[in-house]
Amino acid sequence: MADDRQSKLFITFGLFLVLLNFPMLTIVDKAELWLGVPVLYLYFFLTWAVLILIIARIMRKKK
Amino acid sequence: MSLSIVIIASLVYITLLFLIAWRVDKKADRGISVVNNPYIYALSLAVYCTAWTFFGSVGRAATGGLSFLGVYIGPTLLAPLWYWLLHKMLVISKNQRITSIADFISSRYGKSPALAVIVTAIAVLGIVPYISIQIKAVAFGITTLTGVQPGNPAFFWADAGFYVTVAMAVFTGIFGTRKLDPNERHEGLVAAIAFESMVKLIAFFAVGIFVTWGIFHGFNDLFTQAAANPATKKLFTFADSGVTPFSWNIIVLLSLFAIILLPRQFHVSVVESTSPGHVSKAMWVFPLYLLLINVFVLPLAIAGKLMFDSSVDPDTYVLSLPLSQGAGWLALIAFIGGFSAATSMVVIETTALSIMFSNHIVVPALIKYGLIGRPNDLVSGDSRLLDIRRVSIILMLLLAWWYQKTVGSRYDLVSVGLISFTAAAQLAPAALIGMFWKRATKQGAMAGLIAGFLVWAYCLPMPGMAQAGIISDSFLKYGLFGVPFLKPYELFGLSGLDPISHGAFWSLFLNFWAYVVVSVNTQPSTLGLRQADLFANIHRYIKGQDADILKREAKMTDLQAVLNRFLGEPRAAALFQEYERISGVFLGQQQIAQSDLINFAETQLAGAIGAASARLVMDSIAKEENITLEEVMHILDQTREAVEHSRVLETKNLELKELTQQLTEANAQLKNLDRMKADFITTVTHELRTPVTSIKALSKIILDHRDELSPDQQQAYLQVIVSESERIGRLINQVLDLEKLQENLDGTARFETLDLRELVQRTAGTMSEMFREKRIAFAVNVPNSTVPVSGSPDQLVQVIVNLLSNALKFAPGEGAGNVAVTLRVKNKRALLSINDNGSGIPKDRQAMIFEKFTQLSRQDTGKPTGSGLGLYITKKIVEQHGGAIRLESAVGAGATFEVSLPVLPA
Repeated sequence: MADDRQSKLFITFGLFLVLLNFPMLTIVDKAELWLGVPVLYLYFFLTWAVLILIIARIMRKKK
Repeated sequence: MSLSIVIIASLVYITLLFLIAWRVDKKADRGISVVNNPYIYALSLAVYCTAWTFFGSVGRAATGGLSFLGVYIGPTLLAPLWYWLLHKMLVISKNQRITSIADFISSRYGKSPALAVIVTAIAVLGIVPYISIQIKAVAFGITTLTGVQPGNPAFFWADAGFYVTVAMAVFTGIFGTRKLDPNERHEGLVAAIAFESMVKLIAFFAVGIFVTWGIFHGFNDLFTQAAANPATKKLFTFADSGVTPFSWNIIVLLSLFAIILLPRQFHVSVVESTSPGHVSKAMWVFPLYLLLINVFVLPLAIAGKLMFDSSVDPDTYVLSLPLSQGAGWLALIAFIGGFSAATSMVVIETTALSIMFSNHIVVPALIKYGLIGRPNDLVSGDSRLLDIRRVSIILMLLLAWWYQKTVGSRYDLVSVGLISFTAAAQLAPAALIGMFWKRATKQGAMAGLIAGFLVWAYCLPMPGMAQAGIISDSFLKYGLFGVPFLKPYELFGLSGLDPISHGAFWSLFLNFWAYVVVSVNTQPSTLGLRQADLFANIHRYIKGQDADILKREAKMTDLQAVLNRFLGEPRAAALFQEYERISGVFLGQQQIAQSDLINFAETQLAGAIGAASARLVMDSIAKEENITLEEVMHILDQTREAVEHSRVLETKNLELKELTQQLTEANAQLKNLDRMKADFITTVTHELRTPVTSIKALSKIILDHRDELSPDQQQAYLQVIVSESERIGRLINQVLDLEKLQENLDGTARFETLDLRELVQRTAGTMSEMFREKRIAFAVNVPNSTVPVSGSPDQLVQVIVNLLSNALKFAPGEGAGNVAVTLRVKNKRALLSINDNGSGIPKDRQAMIFEKFTQLSRQDTGKPTGSGLGLYITKKIVEQHGGAIRLESAVGAGATFEVSLPVLPA
């Protein structure tokens, strides 16, 4: 169980390391507004929130 | 707003913090841990968010757009790995009673005092810029609120920063150094920090909501207005705000290291941790906190840009925006929030640094110069240690104030803060790689740290100091010694990077390679090896496999004196009690403290003065015993696996030793046997030669003088030849018997339960014919019941045959002879006696009759008749059966041989 959790966390780390870095960021690095907010700003906070949700979900399960 | 309102509000707020800390400490004294809670743990980690976050992020966002986020994305990215990394650090630190990041690194490399000094120096010097921005932020917070321009000659305004510094020194002094805890845990402090984290988040949110929905009409309105203005629209993207991918990566990397390696982060996340289990929750609560406190940063920066011209410092937008709308109360709340952020950082950071400073620099120096740890020393006890810490806090704050006044005031908050982040990142190779790579050595860590620190100092703070006019700025323009390759912003010709990216790249690059290369080219010490293994494989150690290889002894009185001096008598006494409780050993009358107790005392003391210092203190009173071979084997190999392997080898070695011992013994025995065999052969060949000579001589006579010899003479000679041949045959048989006996002595004989009575009757029966031939009276007396003995039937038959043959030989013939065999049982022993009425054996011959090659001559013939081995073999067999043989005889009175054998219980 613990190892399972650790693997999931490592995978999460690897995924978000790519999502929150270049060159991925160049895709959303646009001077536009989506839903009334700048795209990059929206992307950062949404990705960030998803990361928090994923960690919380992985850690929520009782051992 | 008047200055007095600001001061009163600050004082009220500080009083509130004291109340919280005081109450929590009171409860902690009663055993109730308020901070033993994952949410409080996560909030205490938010000490990461300082005035940098509160004021500086907005300032950075106003020019660099979203690049400010890197500092929070880094820790968030690392959060999933906390479960593995931070958890491991926690377990190691609790096991080793680590009190600071310097302690952690020093402990990893064999508790090296020198390394602790280096880390402390890097931390103190590296963090000074960071502390300076807190002072700056509070000072300009006050000037912004009160509307007085900096530089006003009125006494306070002449240097608001100085008074803020003094206030913070007093505050930290009271807060962080109230008592000396063996584990460096300050529950009240942590509770206050967690509270401050709530305050700063709420205050920032309040300003964010006010600006977004009060001044503007929500995000849409704000961003739409921003999109219409080129100056604010460029903040929407990295490309337009001048953020390069490399600078983004560097900031993420630096903050990823900072979240665990900054002295205050290490302090709250590791040293103050109440339970490693809290990490699980903090892993998402803390990133959530970071997200929330950053949501309004960009909106505030844009709002500030849209509303103010360049005369307003973007670092003050958080206060200026509410003030511009006449919302003085909100500005005051915002100030309190920023004040919270700054004070929490300063309190924890300087407390953590003062622990390092006193434990790794001051105390070791005092010990070295004999000013502490000896009778009648200069400094002793808790209060002195706390004084050292208070003084070091004041010194650090003054240094930070000086830096802010001379250098820091020229730059924005984030730029200065990132200099400190780069310094903290220098600890990464030594601290983080060392946790997994066992081959890393103390020398490698030192080389990496020194290289990284020097490059950092040259590329980051020194140019700033040059620009401020503190040092000559010629190296800035022309490079060190006029070498253009050494320009601090274009080191080795690397240009086109911002100073932080450039400095971080070179310092971390050289740090890492120096660490790795020097490590693989040096050998770790014994203790270094042990600590490396402990750090890398901590989970095996905490399962109770820990064994200290250093055996030490110290006088109890010395140990007591030292502990009293450093911990105070009550705590020292409690420590001994605790040891008695844990180990179950009663210390009452012990004169000598064993290594177990010394180790225990050392780890406890490490909590007060750091691992390296504790080691120094203990070394001064304890003498190390020689490490045994076994222990050397234990430490020779770096891996546990290798140790296991060596254990097997060791066992094999032991076995080999035993084998060698056995071989040596066997060899000695063989040599002895060889000598005996040589003797034996000499005797046997001599014995054989006699009959062979006579056979040869007689045969030759018969052959040569066949015709001259009378038939009677021929008959007589042939008779002799036959009897001599028989004698040779007998001799050979007996030599063979002897050989067999020797084999049996080696344990090849199988004993069985047999009836001695039956054996005697059978053997006597087969020999009775020979007695009849010689006309010797032969009587056999046996008991009515069986006589069970344990033995080899063949050998026992041989015993009986040998003894009867002897009797047959010596008993007078021609009807006068008399031989009797008697078997009886007495006292659980079977007694077999064979009696003859021969000439008897003289007393002087009796003692040697059982020796090899002792022959008795028949008195009548004067000729020996036996091989001289019969009785020797008999005696050996009897002894082998756990019995004994004796002889009773006198000249003329015949002879009686008595064999006694143990009887088996029926």
